[in-house]
Amino acid sequence: MSKRVVDAEIIQVKHLNNKYFTLAIKPLEKLEKIEVGQFLQLTVPNAHDVFLRRPISIHDVDYETNTITLLIQIVGKGTQKLSLLAKGGLVNVIYPLGKGYSIISKGQKALLVGGGCGIAPLLYLAKELNRAGVEQQIIIGFRTKEDVIEYEQYNEIAPTFVTTEDGSMGERGFVTSHPLFKELNVFDKIYTCGPEVMMKAIAKRAKEANVDCEVSLENTMACGIGACLCCVTPTVHGHQCVCTEGPVFNSKELLW
Amino acid sequence: MVDLSVNIHQLTMKNPVTTASGTFGYGLEFSDFIDLNALGGFIVKGTTLKHREGNLYPRMAETPSGMLNAVGLQNKGVDYFIEHIYPKIKHYDTHIWVNVSGSTVEEYVEIAEKLKDLDKISAIEVNISCPNVKEGGMAFGTTCPGVKSVVAAVRKVYPKTMIVKLSPNVTNIVEMAKTAEDEGADSLSLINTLLGMAIDAKTRKPVLSTVTGGLSGPAVKPVALRMVWQVSKAVKVPVIGIGGIMNATDAIEFLLAGASAVQVGTANFIDPQVTVKIINGIEQYLIENNFKSVKDIIGALEV
Repeated sequence: MSKRVVDAEIIQVKHLNNKYFTLAIKPLEKLEKIEVGQFLQLTVPNAHDVFLRRPISIHDVDYETNTITLLIQIVGKGTQKLSLLAKGGLVNVIYPLGKGYSIISKGQKALLVGGGCGIAPLLYLAKELNRAGVEQQIIIGFRTKEDVIEYEQYNEIAPTFVTTEDGSMGERGFVTSHPLFKELNVFDKIYTCGPEVMMKAIAKRAKEANVDCEVSLENTMACGIGACLCCVTPTVHGHQCVCTEGPVFNSKELLW
Repeated sequence: MVDLSVNIHQLTMKNPVTTASGTFGYGLEFSDFIDLNALGGFIVKGTTLKHREGNLYPRMAETPSGMLNAVGLQNKGVDYFIEHIYPKIKHYDTHIWVNVSGSTVEEYVEIAEKLKDLDKISAIEVNISCPNVKEGGMAFGTTCPGVKSVVAAVRKVYPKTMIVKLSPNVTNIVEMAKTAEDEGADSLSLINTLLGMAIDAKTRKPVLSTVTGGLSGPAVKPVALRMVWQVSKAVKVPVIGIGGIMNATDAIEFLLAGASAVQVGTANFIDPQVTVKIINGIEQYLIENNFKSVKDIIGALEV
């Protein structure tokens, strides 16, 4: 698997609500094989005040149509500019980057937990787990009902449960309030992505239940290819780059 | 055919484009994107005597036309480089230089002694200008006695080409440059990053774990150009220009200001193929302007 830097045509920009949008892009060459949980580095076109690329998690991949879909939350000037992109334009991407989630075996059970935009890598993951014959359940957590996105898409793949902090949809509270967390030991693996505080809470619960847990970090980065050493996280092996040794880490590797 | 080759001390480079330490890993990180053999050379990241974990995250802040970093010389030490990295890069047909840093003069000397017997390492770049470590680094590069102590000591033990990388965080860079030259530097590279800081107004906290960090990118280019121009007029040894080079035109400006070669740094983070594009762009410029050799434009600024 070699890393590529390539132009990609924007084939769809879909605004899901005032916070989230999906960007579907078609690289102008045949797609490289992308592992679940990997990311790409995206240029922000026509933005003189955005200097660096933006690392974006890969939401979905369709090899038949040569398309990568990204789920993006508008958080700063970079993602704000990206939300203004229009179909037909070009972006430049460096991909596939980083180490993704490890797929467990047929017949094993997985729990996928995403918080907010952290649900992004879990769609492609859930599809691949299905192909692998893994039995899975998914929890997606948001602040409030208006923020909830793509529930149907996840629920089509596997039984999906929603939590909202204000209880306006699904279970009230954080993702860890969901009843599935009462019997974590029925699962062989927990896959999670979302705010660090959420992932830390999940990793703690997984440890208590003696279940393996993989988390995906989103440290700010410059290069995305292990050259600048800006995105490090402390691990049992010392400082490691989130862009090359991660973004997915087994929670046991992290000094949490 | 135009001649792109340049000389740094006794070394001939196939073209003037190299990479700035700390922005190009060990070169291998870029081998999926470019043919490393196409470069005039590459400079591997800051190497210290012992393993260094570097500073805590967050280490980076995006700024207008640039970025701040506070990596703090994270590396596995010179012995690790010699045993594990050097065997993987020594076959490349280009200059490979090691940027070395220490917290004491003795450390610089010890690293230089370890590196001098590596056949493929044709030069070291003595880093007396890293702003992100508490001891050593910039502490040596901001006073004439500091510059003298490191450069003279390394000169005694290192017989090959010694490049000294200068800090811009000084009142008079020409004095530092002349001191380094007097103490035996074969070439000077400049500039390292400019000390800066970033604040998050929302949290009322500094963005970087170290509060201050080193500014790089196009934001520093005018400062770098000015310093390269001043220094190259004042010294006889070749100067290597560094600072916000994003494209061939930027590189050509440094050559015109007096640099014999350039280092491309932060631009590698945005376009991992930028070095090759810059080499091609310089060649194109020479053809279009009827120059036979890139040497014809070194210091050719008409003031």
